[in-house]
Amino acid sequence: MRATAELMVVDEETRRRLIATVARRVIDHADELTALDQAIGDGDHGINMRRGSEAVLADLDGLAAKPLPEALKAIGMALVMKVGGASGPLYGTLFMTLGKALPPEPSLGDLIAAFDQAIAAVRARGKSDVGQKTMLDVLKPARDALAGGGDVRRAAAEAADATIPMKAIRGRASFLGDRSIGHMDPGARSSALIIGAIAEVVGEAS
Amino acid sequence: MSRNVGIVIVSHSTDVARGTADMVRQMVGSEVPLAFCGGDPGGGLGTNVEAIMRAIDAAWSEKGVAILVDLGGAETNSEMAIELQPPERQGKIVVCNAPIVEGAVMAATEASGGATLQEVKRTAEELSPT
Repeated sequence: MRATAELMVVDEETRRRLIATVARRVIDHADELTALDQAIGDGDHGINMRRGSEAVLADLDGLAAKPLPEALKAIGMALVMKVGGASGPLYGTLFMTLGKALPPEPSLGDLIAAFDQAIAAVRARGKSDVGQKTMLDVLKPARDALAGGGDVRRAAAEAADATIPMKAIRGRASFLGDRSIGHMDPGARSSALIIGAIAEVVGEAS
Repeated sequence: MSRNVGIVIVSHSTDVARGTADMVRQMVGSEVPLAFCGGDPGGGLGTNVEAIMRAIDAAWSEKGVAILVDLGGAETNSEMAIELQPPERQGKIVVCNAPIVEGAVMAATEASGGATLQEVKRTAEELSPT
């Protein structure tokens, strides 16, 4: 990736590396995600995210060949169709919204604006908000780190840790009430993994 | 094309979905278009947008379709499946906030009498704690 007049050119090779790194990172951590989900959910988050990531990897060449917005939309649709569980529509909505909002060569301002739209779409899809022990508790701090010039990867990891003392209000974990306190939210963890992988590739390429 | 509202049952379990559909069928016979689905895309417990879209097609009625769901992912995936429907179907498919078995039976009973989609949804949701 190179920045020309502050526009990011995400070429095919970078797109391929982004997609492959994110998908493999999720697959490598699938057991951990499932263990987190067994504590406060229904224990399928790792299985579901692995299935979605494998579907994305299976079409790696086709996805990387598409311009950035189309690639993101196609990834979102693959996740909607293949992941199952609530995380399919949630991550699907996230990537499809990014694809609709981003131009092929985005500026930092475009990225932040697209991130904002994606967060709003995930909030609507999950009928949830920041502070309810969900993936939003990672997406929002990561967006703020991006906008503030901070370390996005670290912000995402710390934000996932910060879901441990939270009480779940949405999703299956909300059935547990106070017993959801003391466990990291699996969706927050998967979001931190995905954001961390993206930040790594972008950091190497820039 | 049926003159009655269609019913779709979406459970994490194929067995629960099929069993619920069996109960509905026994109550209302073939008066109401009915479809069910359960299980994730890999065949395990879960829900699946593609299967929900097929169920909506199977139970489609110009009077609309009411969907009954069990747990969170079933609701989220059903809402996603509704959004992916063609424009002419938008506004004619609803997810009922009701217990899946009782809600499906009540909704189908209401639908079999020719009720509107809103009446079907309201009847199913009378079962929910307020």
